[in-house]
Amino acid sequence: MSDPERKPVGIPAPEALALLRDMVRIRRFEERCADLYGQQKIRGFLHLYIGEEAVAVGALHALGPGDNIVATYREHGHALARGVPAGAIMAEMYGKQEGCSRGRGGSMHLFDAKTRLFGGNAIVGGGLPLAVGLALAEQMQGGSRVTAVFFGEGAVAEGAFHESMNLAALWKLPVVFCCENNFYAMGTAIERSESQTDLCAKAASYNMKTLRADGMDVIATQAAMRDAVAQVRSGAGPVFVEFQTYRYRAHSMFDPDLYRDKAEVERWKTRGPIHNLSNRMKAEGSLTEEAFLAIDAEAIKEVDAAVAFAEAGTWEPVEHLAHDLYTVNGVETAR
Amino acid sequence: MKITYREALRQAMHEALAADSRVFLMGEDVGKYGGSYAVSKGFLAEFGPERIRDAPLSELGFVGTAIGAALGGMRPIVEIMTVNFSLLALDQIVNTAAVYRHMSGGQFSVPVVVRMATGGGRQLAAQHSHSLENWYAHVPGITVLAPATVDDARGMLRAALADPDPVVIFEHAMLYPMEGELSPDWEKADLRTAKILRAGRDVTLIAYGGTVWKAQEAARQLAAEGIEAEVLDLRVLRPLDDATIMASVGRTRRAVIVDEGWRTGSLAGEIMARIMEQAFYELDAPVARVCSAEVPIPYAKHMEGAALPQAPAVVAAVRQLLAKA
Repeated sequence: MSDPERKPVGIPAPEALALLRDMVRIRRFEERCADLYGQQKIRGFLHLYIGEEAVAVGALHALGPGDNIVATYREHGHALARGVPAGAIMAEMYGKQEGCSRGRGGSMHLFDAKTRLFGGNAIVGGGLPLAVGLALAEQMQGGSRVTAVFFGEGAVAEGAFHESMNLAALWKLPVVFCCENNFYAMGTAIERSESQTDLCAKAASYNMKTLRADGMDVIATQAAMRDAVAQVRSGAGPVFVEFQTYRYRAHSMFDPDLYRDKAEVERWKTRGPIHNLSNRMKAEGSLTEEAFLAIDAEAIKEVDAAVAFAEAGTWEPVEHLAHDLYTVNGVETAR
Repeated sequence: MKITYREALRQAMHEALAADSRVFLMGEDVGKYGGSYAVSKGFLAEFGPERIRDAPLSELGFVGTAIGAALGGMRPIVEIMTVNFSLLALDQIVNTAAVYRHMSGGQFSVPVVVRMATGGGRQLAAQHSHSLENWYAHVPGITVLAPATVDDARGMLRAALADPDPVVIFEHAMLYPMEGELSPDWEKADLRTAKILRAGRDVTLIAYGGTVWKAQEAARQLAAEGIEAEVLDLRVLRPLDDATIMASVGRTRRAVIVDEGWRTGSLAGEIMARIMEQAFYELDAPVARVCSAEVPIPYAKHMEGAALPQAPAVVAAVRQLLAKA
C-alpha cells in the first residue's frame, strides 16, 4: 500500500477542513466520555469510536440532509458528524431528559428524528433489515432518499446480514451497506470467525456492487461513499462498502483488551486518521499548526459546553416510565 | 350475512389496500401462490407485485424490512406463515418494533401489523402446531390480538392499521374455514376490550382464538346439565381487559381459563394471577385452567387430540369447581 500520508488531499481546502474539524470534535468528545465514565457520570456500556473517526465523518459528509442513517451501538461519531447537538448527545449519556432520546437509550441508542438518525441499534445486525425497510418505503413512495446503514464486520456472521443483502439486491433498494471492519468482533478476530475474510466477496455474491476503502483516510472514505451514494441514488440498487479501520480503545469500558497484540495497536496508531489528514494538509500548505490548534480548542470548547448542558439537565419524572408505549385515539395510555 | 373467517380477513385486507396507498402486504407466498391459507388470493392481480410482495424465506429479514418501512412512512401488513416460523423474526419484533418508540424518547413509532397463523389440530406435528401467543403477550410495546369470530376477523385489522404502534395478530389455523354470521357490530372492533359471547351465571370460561370455540362447545354441553357457563372471548391478549374479566368473574364467582399454550408460564397463569390479585374475595372456588399438555404437539391424530385443550376437559374442570363449592 502506498503511503497515504503522501497522497494529495485532492479536495478543496474548506471541505477538507470540515472533515478534519468533525474528526477532532469526535475525538475530543469521546476522550471526555472516557473521563466521565471514570467519574461515573456516564454508566452502562460505553463503546468508543476513537481511531475509526474517518469512517463516519467521510461517509456522512457524502450524504444529504434528507438521507436516512441507521447506526450501531458505537455511534457517537455518527451522531456528531450528522449534526446532532453535542449537548443533546452528552445529556443522553448522562441519562437526562434533555438527551436526544430523553435519557431512555443512553450511549448505545442515540436517536434524532430531525436529522433522520434512526438509532443506535445494539443488536448486532439488527439495523440492517430496518435500513432495508426504510429504503423500501422510499422506493415505494418514489422519493430520492438514500439509507446508509453502518455495522461492524462481526455483523456479517449474522443471518440478518445475509437476508438483508439479498432483499436489498433483489428489490434494487436505495441503501448503502457501510461495513466498518475493525477486524475484531469484541475479542474475536475476523480470521477466527469467518471462513471467507474477503467481505466484498461475500457481498458480491448477492449481485451487489462493492467498494473497499482505507478507513483510516477520510479522503478515501468520503470518495468511496460518494461513489456508492451516486450509484444508489441513480436507482441502480444497493452498494456494499467495506471501510478497513481500527479501534484504538477496547471494545467497551468493561473490556480488558487481552486479545490484541499491543504492537498491533501501536502500528495502527501510526496511521491515525486525524494526523493522516492534518499532515497532508500541512504539507500542501492548506493548514497551519496554529489553525489546527484552533480547531482543537474549538472542539474542546464545544465538549465543555456539552458537559455543562448535560450537568444542568434534569431527570425525567418517574411517572413518565410508561410513556411512549401505547396510544388510544391519539392519547397516551399506560398498560 | 354468513361469511367464513378467511373471507372476513380477506375483505379486511382488501379494504385496507384499496383505502390507503401506504398499506402493502408482504410475506412468503402472499402473491403468486395466493397466501398459504388463501387469504390474499387474487390480490396480486388487483394490486400488483409492489404492494402484494412475495418475500424470500427470510422471516428475520422481511419482518425487519416491514418494521423499517413502517418507520419510513408506510403501513405494512406482514404475514408470517405460522407462529412457529415467527421465532426467526422474534428479534426484530421484540428488540426493534416493541422498543423503538420508548427507547427513542417518543421520536419513532413503528406502525406495523404482523399477521400469523397459530395453533394445532391439523396433524401438522410439532414444528407447525404450537401456540406461542403468550411469548408476544409478554412484551410491552406491542398490542397482541387473537380474533376468534368473523366480526373480529373483519374488523380488527382496520383498528390495527390505525394504531401508531406495532400490532401482532394471531389467526388460529383451524378457524379459516369456519363460517359465522357477520354482525353489524364488526365495524366497532376495538383493540382494548374483551367480549362476553355467551352469558351465564355459574362459571366464566375465559378463552381466546381457537379455544373460544372449545369453550362454546363446553358451554353447550354444560347447559344440557343445567349449568350456565359464561364464555368470555379475550380478543386482545395485550393489554388484557382486566375490567371485563373481573366483572364477569365477580358475577359467576368461578372461572376456568382455556388456553392452547402450554401450562407453564402460560397466559392462563397470568390471568389466574390477576383474578387472585383483583377478585380473590369474589371467588367461590379456586380458578382452574385447561391448557395444552406439556409436550411438543404430536402428529398422530389421537395423540394430538390428547395434547390440545378439548371441550370434555373444560366440562370436567367446571364440574370439579362446582363440586368443590
